[in-house]
Amino acid sequence: MANVTLPKSRREVKPKASSDDWTMRAFMLMIGTYLVVALAFPLYAMLSKSFEDKDGVFIGLDNYINYFSTPALFNSIENSVFISVVTMVITVTLAFFYAYALTRSCMRFKGFFKIMAMVPILVPSLLPGIGLIYMFGKQGYLNWMLFGYEIYGPLGIVIAEVFFTFPHALLIIMTALAISDGRLYEAATVLRASKWKIFWTVTLPGARYGLISAAFVVFTLVITDFGVPKVIGGQYNVLAVDIYKQVIGQQNFSMGAVVSVVLMIPAIFAFYVDRQVQKKQVAQLSARAVPYEPKPNFRFDTLMMSYSSIVVLIIVTILATCQFAALVKFWPYNLDIGLQHYNFDLMDGGGWDAYYNSIKMALWTAAVGTIVVFTGAYMVEKGRGFDQGRTLFQFLAMMPMAVPGMVLGLSYIFFFNNPDNPFNFIYGTMAILVVSTVTHFYTVAHLTAMTALKQMDKEFESVSQSLQQPFYKMFLRVTVPVCTPAVLEIAIYLFVNAMTTVSAVVFIYATHTQLASVAVLNMDDAGDIAPAAAMGMMIFYTNAIARVLHMFVAKALEKRTQAWRQR
Amino acid sequence: MSANTVGIETGRKPYLTTRDLTKNFGNFTALSDITLEIYEGEFVCFLGPSGCGKTTLLRAIAGLDIQTFGQVTQAGKDVSNLPPSERDFGIVFQSYALFPNLTIRRNIAYGLENRGNSKSEIAQRVDDLLDLVGLASQADKYPAQLSGGQQQRIALARAIATNPGLLLLDEPLSALDAKVRAHLRHEIKELQRTLGVTTVMVTHDQEEALTMADRIVVMNNGVIEQVGTPIEIYRDPATAFVADFIGTMNFVPGQFNGGTELKMGEVALQCEVQGTGPTGDILVAFRPENLLVQEDATNLPNSFEAEIKYMEFMGSFFRVDLQSKQANADAHIKGDFSINMVRRTGVKEGDTIRVSIPKDRLTIYPGARNNG
Repeated sequence: MANVTLPKSRREVKPKASSDDWTMRAFMLMIGTYLVVALAFPLYAMLSKSFEDKDGVFIGLDNYINYFSTPALFNSIENSVFISVVTMVITVTLAFFYAYALTRSCMRFKGFFKIMAMVPILVPSLLPGIGLIYMFGKQGYLNWMLFGYEIYGPLGIVIAEVFFTFPHALLIIMTALAISDGRLYEAATVLRASKWKIFWTVTLPGARYGLISAAFVVFTLVITDFGVPKVIGGQYNVLAVDIYKQVIGQQNFSMGAVVSVVLMIPAIFAFYVDRQVQKKQVAQLSARAVPYEPKPNFRFDTLMMSYSSIVVLIIVTILATCQFAALVKFWPYNLDIGLQHYNFDLMDGGGWDAYYNSIKMALWTAAVGTIVVFTGAYMVEKGRGFDQGRTLFQFLAMMPMAVPGMVLGLSYIFFFNNPDNPFNFIYGTMAILVVSTVTHFYTVAHLTAMTALKQMDKEFESVSQSLQQPFYKMFLRVTVPVCTPAVLEIAIYLFVNAMTTVSAVVFIYATHTQLASVAVLNMDDAGDIAPAAAMGMMIFYTNAIARVLHMFVAKALEKRTQAWRQR
Repeated sequence: MSANTVGIETGRKPYLTTRDLTKNFGNFTALSDITLEIYEGEFVCFLGPSGCGKTTLLRAIAGLDIQTFGQVTQAGKDVSNLPPSERDFGIVFQSYALFPNLTIRRNIAYGLENRGNSKSEIAQRVDDLLDLVGLASQADKYPAQLSGGQQQRIALARAIATNPGLLLLDEPLSALDAKVRAHLRHEIKELQRTLGVTTVMVTHDQEEALTMADRIVVMNNGVIEQVGTPIEIYRDPATAFVADFIGTMNFVPGQFNGGTELKMGEVALQCEVQGTGPTGDILVAFRPENLLVQEDATNLPNSFEAEIKYMEFMGSFFRVDLQSKQANADAHIKGDFSINMVRRTGVKEGDTIRVSIPKDRLTIYPGARNNG
């Protein structure tokens, strides 16, 4: 054989897929199909609706022409952008100094300050609006501070949005500050740069991607938020509320679709910029970086702690006001304490059932969502071959981030309420609420899973295959146990957001599937503000308990399944 | 047969072959037409600088990154397009890739499950393997509790647990410190000899390749430069690249026009050129340790005068930097002088001495490169 020269084979080798490869692709295809049905199709339905009249006849751009020739409608674009930009500047500035205090000072009680800053995540965005009304409204106890200005309108919206977006910005900026390299500070100090100069030449440039990213996240959150402007916006129109008004108030679905398309443009833009920035941030990390260790400095630490205390005080005041208002008989005339506002069954909004529904929905969302998201992420990260399929899946998984909750919810009406749709049967059930919520929060959960999976040695799968073991054994015995912290993180993230979300569900709940967050909205709408505050606080307590439980479960599981982490 | 082909007519049947293996990443060719035969029970090292394609070749053999063109056969079976799970090999990575949440025992047992073995059989096999790698007392620890060298031995035990026909080692020692590395080198070689398993190891460390391999495959830029035993590779490097990459080599420009004599500057040197060597402008290559120093009046053959510019103390010998106006004024010729010789003759920096290159210790390569 050695002496025979065989002609070179120039046929490209087509790798044969193993049965595992096929199974993994099948899983990916299933979850990909889910995303197509729960996201791409509904969005398409909404897009086509925006080109139709009330009777479903195609009318081209007429709706858009109509929209842009009605000042009452298109003025909202300016309003939305205005409050988003103002909130963005304020939130990022406040969050930066708070993050600075947490990462660069030696102030005491950092754990406490970290937890307190996260509290706004646990409440629906309607709640800070309600709190502000009690504080600064016509009968508010701090009304004198406004010198005659109205809290209803841009002022109230911005204050409430800052409360609502603060923890999101803080988390991002804190990460950016935490990864900075201590060696740069040593070098700068040795070169005798002043503190001020170090701040401008080392700290800020090091955190710039975090700051930009935080700015765009805040911008997106505000422009797509519905709860705050609904409660405290007054006559000040913004896009997200316009959708609600068009659909619920005027039953003008086509115009609702047009506003949705308009709202998606800045959301997609912000999303795109954020992704680009995130990519750069990763490249900045160097394996040799030494974490920065702050040194005690009495004056600086006291200053930072005073600042942080003021921020916490404001957060606590807003929530405490809501709780107090929920307990008093008749604000501000009769301040006797009582539980009559907790008689939710006597009000519109679904009563206590709405609350139990919310818990049920949040549990389902956490359970189903975690399994779907983590499995999907595993298949896309660890599968072999099938590259186009994986790229497409990755794209689908990133898309929900760019879709505002209101838009998703409205799309669901168009898509699932169509009697010709084979999935029509889930309309009006708990299932559609779970589907909508899982889809709405898919991206962040997916990214959490991907980060955890990328940290696993990529040769685990190679070893497992060489030992001829099926992939699910690897997945269940190694991947999931090692990734338990991330899995729990995804679950609690989905639970908390399912409890607080209004926008993703407000169009698709039915009478027997009313939810607590929607009840807050409806009771507030009906003028039952105290019960709305009471229900909002119930959501807060539930989420707080869930968070604490999560902490205990995570600790316990860590002891059991992560014993290997200790040396 | 091309230079990429191994063909020792020993009558042994090759266990693993690759034919015209080519791997493209987009427009980049990582491997080009690799044809190779590896015999049963052999320990073969793929050696080369980083980016030479050695790991790509190993991953193609494993089926982890399947080649663009070409064939791989193992034990007489064409496995060219098969996924890793349908091939027969065990693999050890530089990162060990031990499952962090499983104990040592369960790591080793991982591949033994789902194969119709009873629990007690598996336990017995794991115990045997733990004995084999000398870590029986560590069975119930987690990987993070072991040292790097211990972890690598566990990875090895896991890879051979199922008695694979082929053992693949991807830079298994690179993450370890020097002492542990030298020790494990020996241990892996012993183990391989005991088991008789055909083994392919990828390394960029020539010392590792020279000490462990039965045969070395030297690679560069996606092609095989030379295949041979460690001694062949060191003594008779087939190309200037191999000569330069393995050990230390002097390259001095010269002229050769056939026959038994070549010119290195003004110096005429006797040489033994096999077959039809390159002619015209050539490079004369010889190793520092083959440079002899004339100690008395007897003229050594093939000698010339050189001045000692610098002597570097290396512990067991001196590495000397020589300049010879006769041979080539620009070339830094390196020579290794033994401590004894230096003491005996008292040579020192600035001395002019006569040095000689035995004619069977010099090789010529085409081209006009200069190592100065």
